[in-house]
Amino acid sequence: MSFTPDIQAFCCHYTSQQTIAEGREGLKQDGMPDNITINRLVCTGKLQVSTLLKAFEEGADGVYVVGCPADKCHNIKGSQRAAKRVGAIKKALAELDIEPERIEMFHLERGFHPEFIESALLMNKRITELGPCPLKGEKK
Amino acid sequence: MIIAERKPINEILSMVADAEKILVLGCRGCVTVCSAGGEREVEILASLLRLGMQKQGKKVEVLEGTLVRQCDREYIETIDHWKGKYDAIVSMACGVGVNFIANLRPSDRVYPGVNTSFFGGSAEQGVWSEQCAGCGNCVLHLTGGLCPVARCAKNLMNGPCGGSVNGRCEIHKDVECIWQSIHDRLGRIGTPEAMNVIAPIRDWSSAGHGGPRKTLRDDLTV
Repeated sequence: MSFTPDIQAFCCHYTSQQTIAEGREGLKQDGMPDNITINRLVCTGKLQVSTLLKAFEEGADGVYVVGCPADKCHNIKGSQRAAKRVGAIKKALAELDIEPERIEMFHLERGFHPEFIESALLMNKRITELGPCPLKGEKK
Repeated sequence: MIIAERKPINEILSMVADAEKILVLGCRGCVTVCSAGGEREVEILASLLRLGMQKQGKKVEVLEGTLVRQCDREYIETIDHWKGKYDAIVSMACGVGVNFIANLRPSDRVYPGVNTSFFGGSAEQGVWSEQCAGCGNCVLHLTGGLCPVARCAKNLMNGPCGGSVNGRCEIHKDVECIWQSIHDRLGRIGTPEAMNVIAPIRDWSSAGHGGPRKTLRDDLTV
């Protein structure tokens, strides 16, 4: 059975500049999978644990956050805070016996770069292999 | 403040396994300050409960609420607002909150959402350390303001034990020997002779060893 995961990406304003400049179609040409929804934020440090959990509640099979390199965040420690929160969710997912790899943090340079697409492809491959999130109550 | 930490999610899930409507109830007091049971943590626990139940194929409705304090009768009364809308309460207050709800709502099922640990202070962002044992017989005026009851692993009252090395506790190497600190501090504040005073055998009856303690303030009762 073919499975197309629902993946929610949360990116800060700076690391998602590529999405603004290229638009949906441009990104698609670069190889960005269609099933990834990009949620732009002023800073990943603004992300709350509950926002990321809500994404799973609303049916996401995988969630990832893209923020600035740890030492280059425009807001000093924003992406470090986000990484800590992603870590807390990994722990909670493991407690619920859900694969913690369903959520990930990436630290990427701002602007245009192939790594932005690579992180999307990596998550798409990983979550496709994991199958539907068991939180949906569906069979794998 | 009173320090607490969220219980493992599976422990909470097993407490409320047969509940269909759960009220997750936070407290804006101490547990908000130590990021264990305030509004934000209520939101997170509610989400985790929904996800956990969903995974088990159970239907659950989770209500979220936060009281000003769960250690005052007046605030507990405000949970009437949710009457009939829950069949279990998970309190994210310290243990006092759970007790208060249990006292005042004899037929309600109330469960602890956090483990309550100690009276502490914020050592640095995200780190809390025990500073007071609530023993009911304060000796801080004799010890330069540093508490040997709470902060000495052996609760010693007359100087350090033989295990103190380079100012560190022999039980926990990452903890300062509080008696070394008391000694140094008494010197700095000009009362080194206080170290020579022998503290008598301590009366622990005020420390809760005689059952639950009670404080009565006549000036405040009405």
